[in-house]
Amino acid sequence: MTTLVASLLFFGAGAVASVIFARRQRWLRLFGAGGVILGSVCGLVPAVRVAMGAPPQSLRMAWDVPYGSLYLRLDALSAFFLVPIFLICALAALYGTEYLEAYRERKSLAPAWFFLNVLAASMAVVVLANNAVLFLMAWETMSLSSFFLVTFENEKKSTRRAGWTYLVASHIGTTFLLVLFVLLGKANGSLDFDRFGPASGAGAFFVLALAGFGTKAGFVPLHVWLPEAHPAAPSHVSAIMSAVMIKTGIYGLLRILTFLGPMQAWWGWTLCAIGLSSGVLGVLLALAQHDLKRLLAYHSVENIGIIALGIGVGIVGVSLGEPFVAVAGFAGAMLHVLNHAMFKALLFLDAGNIAHTTHTREIDRLGGLLARMPATGATFLVGAAAISGLPPLNGFISEFLIYMASFKGAVSSGAFGSVPMLATLSGLALIGGLALACFTKAFGIVFLGQPRSERAEHAREAGLAMLAPGFVLAAGCVLVGLFGASVVRAMAPLISNVTHLQSSLIGFDLAGAANSVERVAQFGALLIAMAALLALARTKVLARRRVSTATTWDCGYASPSPRMQYTASSFAQPLTTSFRMLLQTREVLTGMEETFPRRAEFHSHTDDPYQRYLFQPLFQSINRATAFLRPLQQGGVQLYVLYIVVTLLAVMLWEIA
Amino acid sequence: MSQLINSVLVLLVLTGFMLLSSSRLAACIHVVAFQGVLLGLLAILMQHGELTVTGVLLPLSTALVKGFLLPWLLFRAMREADTVREVEPLISYNLSIIAGSAVLVFALWLGQRLRLPSQPPSSLLVPAALFMSFVGMLVIVSRRKAVTQALGYLALENGVYAFGAAVALRLPVLVELGILLDVFVGVFVMGIAIFHISREFEHIDTDKFAASTDRPR
Repeated sequence: MTTLVASLLFFGAGAVASVIFARRQRWLRLFGAGGVILGSVCGLVPAVRVAMGAPPQSLRMAWDVPYGSLYLRLDALSAFFLVPIFLICALAALYGTEYLEAYRERKSLAPAWFFLNVLAASMAVVVLANNAVLFLMAWETMSLSSFFLVTFENEKKSTRRAGWTYLVASHIGTTFLLVLFVLLGKANGSLDFDRFGPASGAGAFFVLALAGFGTKAGFVPLHVWLPEAHPAAPSHVSAIMSAVMIKTGIYGLLRILTFLGPMQAWWGWTLCAIGLSSGVLGVLLALAQHDLKRLLAYHSVENIGIIALGIGVGIVGVSLGEPFVAVAGFAGAMLHVLNHAMFKALLFLDAGNIAHTTHTREIDRLGGLLARMPATGATFLVGAAAISGLPPLNGFISEFLIYMASFKGAVSSGAFGSVPMLATLSGLALIGGLALACFTKAFGIVFLGQPRSERAEHAREAGLAMLAPGFVLAAGCVLVGLFGASVVRAMAPLISNVTHLQSSLIGFDLAGAANSVERVAQFGALLIAMAALLALARTKVLARRRVSTATTWDCGYASPSPRMQYTASSFAQPLTTSFRMLLQTREVLTGMEETFPRRAEFHSHTDDPYQRYLFQPLFQSINRATAFLRPLQQGGVQLYVLYIVVTLLAVMLWEIA
Repeated sequence: MSQLINSVLVLLVLTGFMLLSSSRLAACIHVVAFQGVLLGLLAILMQHGELTVTGVLLPLSTALVKGFLLPWLLFRAMREADTVREVEPLISYNLSIIAGSAVLVFALWLGQRLRLPSQPPSSLLVPAALFMSFVGMLVIVSRRKAVTQALGYLALENGVYAFGAAVALRLPVLVELGILLDVFVGVFVMGIAIFHISREFEHIDTDKFAASTDRPR
């Protein structure tokens, strides 16, 4: 625990130093990034040890806040989330040292480093807190510090709008959590987590947790802030937010599950439904995007959906008394948390490399980058294959576990249970297929072909500080893909924490799941070996021959130009048209009306359907309903003070009378 | 002794009325400074004659800060902002005095209804303290100049101080120091802000700041 406290102190020192050295660029970079990296490395040691099965540790200190206590506890569940948090934060800070240099001339970098340290510390405290007051304070600090990081480029109007959306969404989410913890505290007589126990009305608590934590995690339809905030933030911040910060929502949900007593089947089915809609809608909307980082943000929604599916299947398994379904479902979900943290951070960092050199995130302005940025391209390809769930990479392993769980669930539960399980199974397959299509599009349009713009043509590879994190993460994707079984085996205490199943049952079923994973990994290793062999053979065969590059067959066009290549929207069109119903893409086509050709234009735009058909009308009607209050806001200081005085007096009189 | 305490309290109430009725800023500052000195006196009188070193030093420092240091800062702010009088209050002076009387009645009623943990040395103490706070709020709400609003804030704090003296006979040293520091910083910040704002906008009428607020237009 001392090492963890030291790690938090490093973050604090980094934040303070960022303020002190605000005007000294070099010192700022050294201390700002140093705080995050040292703190993370320091914290990784105990986190990994507890995640691999060391006994939990806790630390309790007196605190003057009513009902609060400085009560930190590192158990298997928090450790499992803490590992990716520290890993990604350290890598992102390293990345930031080079990435932020581009802004150096224009603005102070001190806020970026200050809030990065605060964000890292608050995320750590969120998963460590064992007291509701402490948890909520850390939660709020996390939301606010990430808000300030998102609005780093606040001179852009779109960024301010995104920040605003994020702030509103996260506070609506926190409102649910506040109610949840107050009710939990009232039912149990204490706000310490270890005093929370099974209480009546568990279903209501579950729904509150789903709304509150779901907003942070990005469950459909509460996901609308993600595609706004993630593209607006600097890339290393997007990586942290998408890879680990939204996972704190998953952590919160699992933590609440440990308090609520016996799990009920409808919780699981609800989560499965949410997971399916998040997954399918997330990947479909990603397919329709033109902005690379927005596309990745929608993939976060999709992957959160997959995690929700895993948890949902796991809960159903527990409630139906099917230990294998429970164990494999939870193990798959947890492994996917780790995996998504790695490949999504990797993809966001690579997207940052691209934006850094080309100054655009528009997929249709890029192209041919593989030749110009080989390292970025290679790591992006690994990340893309991993996120699409292709063997032998890590994404496949976790999805495979969830497949196994739902397959077993479909086979062994009755007619009532098997239909939704089959829906989960086929939904997962659909998500995987669409994700593959989406990343074929993203990788193909961005990295292959010819550059579609001047900027893409002059793209240059990023420096070492921006490439190294990508290499580490890509290696992580491959390693977990090959040695996922040992990670799965280490999850026994974690799963017994959440499910309260007998540890012998968990051990048995976990071993079974791990063995299947191992067999898959063996095939994966075989695949890698064969690929290497083929590559070797290719170089051998080509060694003594002349290799030349030429234009592909150009269908008889007189002079094809890079603009005639497939665009992102044309590539995705077959799929987006078949899901027209869900996507509601708006297309504008002008020209092509007269005999002789004239200037013609085509635009397509896909709004978030929930934003457009649910939240906009909702907030508009709230605005209309509360319009009569508008005259209260006159802008005079005196009047505002009067309101406060009147309110205070009213409260006082009410208390006396 | 309680005779003395009562006369100090009556004086405090009277200063409240003076604050409400005077349009000259200098006079208002003098009134608030006098309030500060009276408060120091009040705190010494409340010690029941057993004078200790801290028991004297603390009220003395209160009187020094509230009676001299803060008024000096406010005078400076006034000079720098080049304002002499409150020209058009949102509530006229006559109306302010009537409102003040109403507030006094309310404070007397409220003072009787409040249940306190300990019996205050004088039955007038709680109503007087409440009255001072209400007068401070009234000044903040009804005046335009930023200096007057700072004065209102000071009067409010004086009321809080007197109330504190009523509730806990011996305030812990730290709390007293804390309040003093709080007020000092508040007025200091306000003084600086007033100076800068008047330099930027060439006036310190707070209701004209509305142009820079959040009101949708």
